[in-house]
Amino acid sequence: MNTQIQDLETAQANTSSKIRKKVTGAEALILSLLEEGVDTIFGYPGGAIMPVYDALYHYDQQLHHILTRHEQGATHAAQGYARLAKKAGVCFATSGPGATNLITGIADAQIDSTPMVCITGQVASHLLGSDAFQETDIIGISAPVTKWNFQITKAEEIPGTIAKAFYIAQNGRPGPVLIDITKDAQFETIDFEYQKCQKIRSYRPVPPLNHQAILQAAQLINQAQKPMVLMGQGVSLARAEKELLTFAEKTGIPIASTLLGLSSFPTSHPLYVGFLGMHGNYGPNVKTNEADLLIAVGMRFDDRVTGDLKRYAQKAKVIHIEIDPAEIDKNVKADVAVIADAKEALQGLLPLVKAQERPDWLQEFAACDQTEHDQVVSKTLAPNTPKVKMAEVIDALSRLTQGQAVIVTDVGQHQMIASRYYRFAQPNSNITSGGLGTMGFALPAALGAKLARPDREVIAIIGDGGFQMTAQELGTLMQYQIPVKMIILNNSFLGMVRQWQELFFDKRYSFTEMANPDFVALARSFKIEAQQVQAREELSSGLENLLNHKGSFLLEVVVEKEDNVFPMVPTGESVSNIRLS
Amino acid sequence: MEKEQFTLTIFSENNIGLLNRITDVFSRRKINIDSLTTSASETEGIFRFTIVVETSLSNVERIVKQLEKQVEVLKAFFYKEDQIIHQEVALYKISTQSLMHSKKVEQIIRANHARILTIEPEFMVIEKTGHQSETQALFEQLKPYEILSFVRSGRIAIAKPMKRLSAYLAEVGQAL
Ligand SMILES: Cc1ncc(C[n+]2csc(CCOP(=O)(O)OP(=O)(O)O)c2C)c(N)n1
Ligand SMILES: [Mg+2]
Repeated sequence: MNTQIQDLETAQANTSSKIRKKVTGAEALILSLLEEGVDTIFGYPGGAIMPVYDALYHYDQQLHHILTRHEQGATHAAQGYARLAKKAGVCFATSGPGATNLITGIADAQIDSTPMVCITGQVASHLLGSDAFQETDIIGISAPVTKWNFQITKAEEIPGTIAKAFYIAQNGRPGPVLIDITKDAQFETIDFEYQKCQKIRSYRPVPPLNHQAILQAAQLINQAQKPMVLMGQGVSLARAEKELLTFAEKTGIPIASTLLGLSSFPTSHPLYVGFLGMHGNYGPNVKTNEADLLIAVGMRFDDRVTGDLKRYAQKAKVIHIEIDPAEIDKNVKADVAVIADAKEALQGLLPLVKAQERPDWLQEFAACDQTEHDQVVSKTLAPNTPKVKMAEVIDALSRLTQGQAVIVTDVGQHQMIASRYYRFAQPNSNITSGGLGTMGFALPAALGAKLARPDREVIAIIGDGGFQMTAQELGTLMQYQIPVKMIILNNSFLGMVRQWQELFFDKRYSFTEMANPDFVALARSFKIEAQQVQAREELSSGLENLLNHKGSFLLEVVVEKEDNVFPMVPTGESVSNIRLS
Repeated sequence: MEKEQFTLTIFSENNIGLLNRITDVFSRRKINIDSLTTSASETEGIFRFTIVVETSLSNVERIVKQLEKQVEVLKAFFYKEDQIIHQEVALYKISTQSLMHSKKVEQIIRANHARILTIEPEFMVIEKTGHQSETQALFEQLKPYEILSFVRSGRIAIAKPMKRLSAYLAEVGQAL
């Protein structure tokens, strides 16, 4: 066959869109986003990105732009959106301060593997490097916290680069990508043609499944007496919840979860043994050091999970199922490494593992649960303090929502309490800032999450401190009428820091007490319904008001000022030495 | 942990900004780069970095993975001294006077298999290619004759194993 004709045919087959004559770079960007299926953008305009905003003006039917009140808010909103929509969140920002304001959210997305594409405007290419007005080297600044970044100086680079950006952000271990576009490239005209990126020669998102490793893993699993699964966010990123459930039920292996893994396995399931790490449950922490096999699925052995590595899982062999090869042997040495997408790996393992029941091993967890219940949970939930305790609020919320809501948490004591006491009954219901621990995450992330899944109840649980880091996003809720429910657990303290001061710094409460505004009045100034709960008797009705209200609603619950989160593995301690008080 | 010298070879795309990303993998772990050389490779369009560091084996293993994690890096390797053939080049500028005044300088140049690149009325430039110990030895010997300027390149290295980059990439389902 004539190869020229063949080439021509394949070229035609590959062309997904028609050529559009003479469009500006800015419009090419918008068309590229549409080609990628983008429907929502979170952003904030400014000089260097004005041509893009001008092009957007004509596409407001297809592209829903949300004007957040701060670029950091845009990034967290994009993250919340991405986690529920299961595709990249998109942000726009101008050069200089607009771009630098993105950095916290980008770093958060990088460490928590959230797909995101950030577009920043840049000064005209002839001004690059001259300290022009609002010029900042955002490529240099963002390099350490992005999966990939690129500066565009010619309009012709736009379609190809955007295609690459989405491919990289969404494939393999997801992460944030930043594309910086000079103003002249936004004005320049090109003939627009788009092709989705299928492959990058220097990047391999997922290696082919190593069957040898799967066989070895199955063998270890079949031999183990005391195996335990450590489930991370990789399970939900791979949409492998069903496979994990089937695997657990066949093998009888107990499932423990990292902070970001929460909700990927039903909390009420008999094989679910709880939350790992610093403020996790007693059983999964101490049993880590008695297990003879750890099966880590899509998690990275963060120090908040492992405590002192020298005293971690010394009796256990380790199977590490992970998509990112750089995580293998980074913190914990794997006996068998399965570099794969969690779903594929579990599907590979399923036919090879023996059906088993492990009543004795599960009984050990049940005994730990009883200990934790007697020494921690029952005391924490007992209505025996003048003010409500955070756990009482979460417990009641869990009951009222039947574990069906999407819980978006900020960072601090309330985050740990919500993670411990909300009984997740649905997958994809837990959105939090884990790796970076970014205060101010919850409100904007909740807004993004609600836009991604309007059908789900989205409830943000926020501390009084963290709320004030991104409180301006109430304006975004107001303007776009986004019905997000917010609960401020107000202890008038930077509670988690205060807890450490109490336990490890002889109660020297150095700059952790907060004088707070009238949160109800603040919300109302944004035309958002709000209520304060002071007394225990008002809690249920307050929560019902929150849940029954059609629009967004802010419920402030005044909680015990100096309550502590237990259990706790103090920094540098072994998970065996978890404190119950 | 025991520190050793390692030579890393990184094959990558030739893109602006990648150097930053590569050096960041070392600097965030506070590992000093002893030498860094960039050049073309045997494959057109593929760039090659040669980096020398002193660190522990476990660190260098993690570093290589984090380098490969960079989207524009095709493959990274690390080697111990005995797995590579390596060279550096050094240039020495000394005054022409010293050559005139003493037979010694000429003897030193011959004994070290160095060569004179240029002789000008005021100065001359000597070149020596070899391992760092050799270029350093020449430096020490020329010192008494006043070295006006000295520069040594980064290490370049070729690995002994016969396997080619394309074979490594084929193993993992990648092609150039
Ligand atoms: C941006 C940012 N700054 C500082 C911290 C350190 N930090 C962690 S928890 C915490 C206290 C949070 O206080 P609050 O939001 O009131 O929550 P609480 O612990 O009281 O529930 C602080 C300051 C952080 N995680 N993020
Ligand atoms: Mg607080």
